[in-house]
Amino acid sequence: MSDAERKIRVIVAKPGLDGHDRGAKVVARALRDAGMEVIYTGIRQTPAMIAEAALQEDADVVGISILSGAHLELFPHILSACAERDITPANTLFFCGGIIPDEDLAKLHEIGFQGVFGPGANTNDIIEFVREHVAAPA
Amino acid sequence: MSDSLQDWRDGTYDPAVAKRPERRPEFRRSSGEPLAPLSAGRDGAQLGFPGEYPYARGIQPSMYRGRFWTMRQYAGQEDAEASNQRYRFLLDQGQTGLSVAFDLPTQIGYDSDAPEAQGEVGKVGVAIDSIHDMRTLFDQIPLDRVTTSMTINSTAGTMLALYAAVAEEQGVSRAAIGGTIQNDILKEYVARGTFIYPPAPSMRLITDIFDYCTREIPRWNSISVSGYHMREAGCTAAQEIGFTLAHAIAYVEAALAAGLDFDAFGGRLSFFFACHSNFLEEIAKFRAARRLWARIAKERFHATNERAMMLRFHTQTGGVTLTAQQPDNNIVRTALQALAAVLGGTQSLHTNSLDEALGLPSEHAVEVALRTQQIIAHESGVADVIDPLGGSYYVEQLTDEIEAEAIRYIEQIDQLGGAVASIEQGYQQREIMEAAYGRQVDLERETAAARQNGAAPGATGAVTVGVNRFTTDETAHPEVVRVDPSVGQRQSRKLEQLRARRDSAAAGASLDRVQQAASGEENLMPLIMDAVKAEATLGEIANGLRAVWGEHREAVII
Repeated sequence: MSDAERKIRVIVAKPGLDGHDRGAKVVARALRDAGMEVIYTGIRQTPAMIAEAALQEDADVVGISILSGAHLELFPHILSACAERDITPANTLFFCGGIIPDEDLAKLHEIGFQGVFGPGANTNDIIEFVREHVAAPA
Repeated sequence: MSDSLQDWRDGTYDPAVAKRPERRPEFRRSSGEPLAPLSAGRDGAQLGFPGEYPYARGIQPSMYRGRFWTMRQYAGQEDAEASNQRYRFLLDQGQTGLSVAFDLPTQIGYDSDAPEAQGEVGKVGVAIDSIHDMRTLFDQIPLDRVTTSMTINSTAGTMLALYAAVAEEQGVSRAAIGGTIQNDILKEYVARGTFIYPPAPSMRLITDIFDYCTREIPRWNSISVSGYHMREAGCTAAQEIGFTLAHAIAYVEAALAAGLDFDAFGGRLSFFFACHSNFLEEIAKFRAARRLWARIAKERFHATNERAMMLRFHTQTGGVTLTAQQPDNNIVRTALQALAAVLGGTQSLHTNSLDEALGLPSEHAVEVALRTQQIIAHESGVADVIDPLGGSYYVEQLTDEIEAEAIRYIEQIDQLGGAVASIEQGYQQREIMEAAYGRQVDLERETAAARQNGAAPGATGAVTVGVNRFTTDETAHPEVVRVDPSVGQRQSRKLEQLRARRDSAAAGASLDRVQQAASGEENLMPLIMDAVKAEATLGEIANGLRAVWGEHREAVII
């Protein structure tokens, strides 16, 4: 496949022990229907598993869904596991969704999540966000 | 089955009321005219009667004239101390039963100091590691006077053992305690995700619990077969009933294969459904579920014990229907859903708090949610007569249709080899995913229509007020309840002290016996009881079983 035809590659992951995966699955499906290559990891992923999946799949985008309230604890670990594999917000788009209080948005943005999508978010807005933020292939 | 309203009064209703009087000697209209307990038109006998097979009109002869549903708010957070405070607050506010939310490590069999538990301790419920936590959780709550529902599945046997052990310490015998463990592993594989072991040993543990409860804890509901989480994950009302009853059939068949008697354990099966906002469909759904289960119990399992034919259920209003936008609107959604659950004949009810799309509920929001139930019970008058919507042409037709649709799902699952086999093939998961995605597509078509000037609201049939229609710019963000992040450290410290203090040889020996029995056929429950009393931890017991049974790996379906 030539670079020009390369699809945007997305990992959608559920970290921690939270089993609420309706949102993750719906977003994964919507991104796939929009023509992206999407891998949904399933639930109960450790930071290392998510980072490894991103590495193996050569992901352009990592989307994390969490509803258990453990995001501030778990997300920094995910980013450092990714960084160990040279996957960083500088070369990969990170976004997240779930039950995430507004007051945490600044903190998540600061550590590298460029988008946060809460309850009621529209998948078309997420698709547009991903397309806008993933640089066009060289 | 009575032939007429008079027969029903003479043979069913009057004897029941004589045995247990109703809430009031008389119920009256605003003008003072007395209210008849039940209306039944000329076709009354065709519909059946309350307290009689097939129970479409309710499982008790006098329904809420006799006693209101149990108002049971699901709660639990941080540690046992904090959750005990919340329970005592709720009981002081007039709540009539407890419902315990556990944190995810407790639900998945990890002690609070396990690496897998980090960041999750005390987040979505209370952390329980050992009998010491359980003792604190029910401190000053008399377990002979309150019934407790526990949302616990993979580790349900351990939690029931802990509860019974704490009751015993309070001087309350196992035979006297009442409550429910969810203990429904199949829907965990399908939708909720707190599984540990593969299906076969999980089903064995469940039948061990059925057997043990029948003999030792006779007032305990040994399972709560749950549609709620499948509905939350996206399925339709008819799928909720079809899948839930198919799962119940699988549990009954597993228990029969283990040599249990359906008439003996069937009366302790209970159910748990969601109630969403489509008011009349939800009411019909509950009526259809009751009638269909009665028929399955009688025709498929040849029940003779009437109790085993009665579908008793808990309802929770639909968490997924709550919106983060304009959160006050959630009070109205919850009130409508709660009213539908009551008109559908629920035995107990949880009403969601208005702020649950934002995070953990605040104390104020929990209080409003409980008051919602109290207003329906004490002010609306709907509890003063039995099944007031029974006989409505529309409701009866909808009941028939939903029952027929649910039967088709059960037949499909039967054809796939039963519920366990169909889960392994991903059938329920795929159906739920399709329904969830379809709903999202509809909502977004409505959003697109809203963004076009002039498109009328509701053209696609998928309006969520405040989200894709009637939106406002919101600037106020309600305060969010935070879990104290030090709870994980506190739990770890307690575990460290416990392991240093306890008789390690006795705890170790009790764990060895659980593990040995896991590879054999002996009922595990008495051994788990011994282990929790020997201060073995929840994680240690689960790890012992993991070592023998292995862990379930789910097939990912999108």
